[in-house]
Amino acid sequence: MRKAIQIDYRDNVATATGDVKKGEQVEILSPDGKVILKAKPVDDIAFGHKLSLRKIKKGEEIIKYGEVIGIASKTIPTGEWVHTHNVDSARLNTSGEEVKGVTA
Amino acid sequence: MTEFYGYERPDGSVGVRNHLLVIAPIDCSYEPAKKIAEQVDGAVAVTQTYGCGADSMLVHNLVGTALNPNVAGVLIVGLGCETLTGEMLLEQIEPSGKPVHNITIQELGGTLKTHERGVRLLQEMAQDAAKLRREPFPMSKLTLAVECGGSDATSGLAANPAVGVATDLLIDEGGTVMFGETQEMSGTQQVLARRAVSDQVAKDIYKIIETQESRLRAMGVDSRWMSKGNIDGGLTTIEEKSLGAVRKGGTKPIQGVLFNDWDRFDKPTKPGLYVMDGTGWDVPSVTHMVAAGAQMVCFTSGAGSTTGHAIAPVIKVTGNPQTYAKMSDNMDVNAGTILDGSESLNSVGRRIFTMMADTANGRLTKAEALGYHDYIVFKRSREAEHLLGHC
Repeated sequence: MRKAIQIDYRDNVATATGDVKKGEQVEILSPDGKVILKAKPVDDIAFGHKLSLRKIKKGEEIIKYGEVIGIASKTIPTGEWVHTHNVDSARLNTSGEEVKGVTA
Repeated sequence: MTEFYGYERPDGSVGVRNHLLVIAPIDCSYEPAKKIAEQVDGAVAVTQTYGCGADSMLVHNLVGTALNPNVAGVLIVGLGCETLTGEMLLEQIEPSGKPVHNITIQELGGTLKTHERGVRLLQEMAQDAAKLRREPFPMSKLTLAVECGGSDATSGLAANPAVGVATDLLIDEGGTVMFGETQEMSGTQQVLARRAVSDQVAKDIYKIIETQESRLRAMGVDSRWMSKGNIDGGLTTIEEKSLGAVRKGGTKPIQGVLFNDWDRFDKPTKPGLYVMDGTGWDVPSVTHMVAAGAQMVCFTSGAGSTTGHAIAPVIKVTGNPQTYAKMSDNMDVNAGTILDGSESLNSVGRRIFTMMADTANGRLTKAEALGYHDYIVFKRSREAEHLLGHC
């Protein structure tokens, strides 16, 4: 079965350790290897991409490595793909093709 | 509590190795210095490649290497006309109580006479150094440097978090850890500053990252940029990208920023986690952290690396199972077991911690067994720093 890893106990996202096809079941493991969730994502989730461990409301913090890596730009249901289409950087916007708002 | 067997030095520090260091203060004397070191068991020769000007950043690194507890004795081999003289190094090494000698080729009358004199001095030091016995010490006597190079998508997912578990375990036992590569911290200011033990340390974190960003901007590079490859690989924000790198330092509070310039060369003053303000170039970064007192290095790599160090064991960890399969001659730890769920992150972290203790006890890393003695001193351009208003 496909796996995704929660890196820190505080994280609300996990990272896929292989390519997950939509509808395929993925097992989410905690840092000590316990299965904390089984999900069937509605999108393909490629290796290295993230999925949500619970419903994350618009404006809520996205936590990975036990730290804030961004803010949800829309509400994200449990087990859904989490990336630039539904997360903004708190520091620099990376949604879209190119980084916007970079000033030297 | 975990113990390791190490060599106690006259200043109370504890080495995990018992090397003799031959320093060529300039590249002019490096070839003869290497020949001298080759003649004597356990000796290794190092130099710097910025010429013979007496630049204090070079002196700090060379002296720091000599003062590292892994060094039992020092021989300086100079040409004789350099501005960065052996005496400058000698006077800063001598107070440590280690045996240290200084010879020059021009004074002794050529390289053959220098070779004879140098080998005799090293031979005596080697005989005495071999008498030292390893004794048990707590892990709190250990300072670890963490580094990454050749990162790939598995680095932030497996190798760096697993090393972070090991560094947290070391700090729990009273040890000291440092991580560097300031340019890779771009985007993590707020996160790292929140973990600072004081407002001053938080300010220092902001300062080094902003200063490094301004150096890169001067070269036309914006380090806050995310490449399309980063985003395609699953990295959503610059914070996530940088956190994947700094996670190798674990999750503990940050005790301080280690600054280094022409006036200061900071070393950890008490146990815990430190941020080293340093280059993102791997071997010089490791060289710098070992000069700041790290007796051991943990180095993560996705694509694979061969790096060792002149006087410190370098444990290399990959999170990529294909890389481990292809480069197991060079990589010490396969953290790729996290990816297929056959081993948990915490379990791999504990395995790395055990390997750190074994390595401290004397077990050779793969780079050591193959005789790799990487050593490159990095220094900033004083002219550029002046023009940028940094000094």
